[in-house]
Amino acid sequence: MYLYPKWIRVWHLINAAMFLILIVTGISMQYTDKENASYVVGFAKAVKWHNFAAIILVLNYIIFVTGNLLTNNGRYYRIGRKDFLSNLTKQFNYYSRGMFKGEKHPFPVTEERKFNPLQKLTYVLAMYVAFPLLIISGIGLLLPEITIKTFFGVSGLILTDILHITMGFLLSIFMVIHIYTCTLGAKPTSLFWGMISGYHREE
Amino acid sequence: MNLFMFRIIILLTFINLFSITSEGSSLFETENEKARDTTTFVSRFDADNNRCFKCHGQEKYEYTNETIGKQVKDIMCSERIVRRKEFYSSNHRSFSCTDCHSEEYMKFPHSGELRMEQKYICIDCHGGDAKFAKYHFEEIDSEYRKSTHFKMENEGFSCWKCHNPHTYKITVRNSKNLKETIAYDNAICLNCHSNFSHFQLLTERKEINIIQKHDWLPKQTLHFANVRCIECHTQINNNIPVSHLIQAKDQAVKLCNECHSKNSILMASLYKFESKEQRRDGFFNGIILNASYVIGANRNEYLNLLSLIIFVCVIAIIVIHIIFRIRKNNKTY
Repeated sequence: MYLYPKWIRVWHLINAAMFLILIVTGISMQYTDKENASYVVGFAKAVKWHNFAAIILVLNYIIFVTGNLLTNNGRYYRIGRKDFLSNLTKQFNYYSRGMFKGEKHPFPVTEERKFNPLQKLTYVLAMYVAFPLLIISGIGLLLPEITIKTFFGVSGLILTDILHITMGFLLSIFMVIHIYTCTLGAKPTSLFWGMISGYHREE
Repeated sequence: MNLFMFRIIILLTFINLFSITSEGSSLFETENEKARDTTTFVSRFDADNNRCFKCHGQEKYEYTNETIGKQVKDIMCSERIVRRKEFYSSNHRSFSCTDCHSEEYMKFPHSGELRMEQKYICIDCHGGDAKFAKYHFEEIDSEYRKSTHFKMENEGFSCWKCHNPHTYKITVRNSKNLKETIAYDNAICLNCHSNFSHFQLLTERKEINIIQKHDWLPKQTLHFANVRCIECHTQINNNIPVSHLIQAKDQAVKLCNECHSKNSILMASLYKFESKEQRRDGFFNGIILNASYVIGANRNEYLNLLSLIIFVCVIAIIVIHIIFRIRKNNKTY
């Protein structure tokens, strides 16, 4: 089943590559000390690469949002209110118990349903909540002169930073879980190949 | 769902625009606006000093030339101007002019020989005095003698080149507004290093371009507004309030992590007077939070711990999941 058009695959590849650079350089900036400078990317290099990857990531995000608005891909991210919680529970139960008992996938992938309810919710939260917050706070740190200096007596930059690293951390956790759940296809590697070839292999 | 997403986008756009339009402003400003020196100091030597300020207090002065029997207007040499208001805001404001200058100056016209008067330097008054012992002026003097300023131009250079005795005021210990201290202290350096007419008096160099020299420094304007030149250009000495060992340019701090790290050198220099409170609300270098924000130096212990716990839990869940999958596969085959 051809499920991932070329633009999605290219977007996904760029997103993944930039996000990895951002994680490594972000951690380097926050945690590099004089003593451990040789173990991670140096501060000056980390700042340059972080800025570069962030700009590419933002442009890529614009492509993602525009693509979802202009093509049919956006429909996969629409969450229906009907049976929302019960569907989530079903999917969660499948991952935590059902799949070990040999139960069938409650929401098999079809051309109309690329994501299961749990996937859909996390993708929407990641792409439409965490990502915009990450980008906005990132712009605030990239251009500190435009960021509010103080907010209720607390440094605006500190609040922006906390929001940025929190979103960065949550999205990094999302990425770890995302990579792991991608091993839950027909074979551990089939979903990865699907994202390269565009074809989803049936379980 | 579309409507929901639309609302989120509108809200985020609004937040962003809000932050952009508030350029340079503060929504809930808490900085102490009253920190500026609004002294109403009245010197007990005011009457005596006013006799000097009458001519030396501004660019133009007027006197009666008894030789020609006429009232004469003249222009005061800029080096001999001491503005009354600045003097009475300075550290030496309680002094009489004749505390440091000869009593002979009280006579007008001044004797030509007075030009040979030996001027005091800081250590002449501040050295060996128990009252000033805690400021270690002797060590400041010894650091100054090792500094590049002294090494390159010991004849022309003196304490007064940076600390004008008529106007200098300590800001770092007194001002509650750190930005003001930074601007005041940097202005001392820039008085020569960005003003060629002053700079050429003490050097053979044909040009200065401080902006170009700092091209390598990212966010140059922000750095210049938020740290003092001496943070990078002096060797830290914990015994004295402000390091005076100005080093040659090749020895200046260039490694970002010297400041952008847990053990930021700013804690021993710029934030020295406030750094007694090392941690606040779980933040390493919490004191930096009060004045500014330094990437890599402000770390929240609780957030670090929380993120570590979450990360370990996620990895543990994945490992357990993998184990169950392996067990299931073994049963299947």
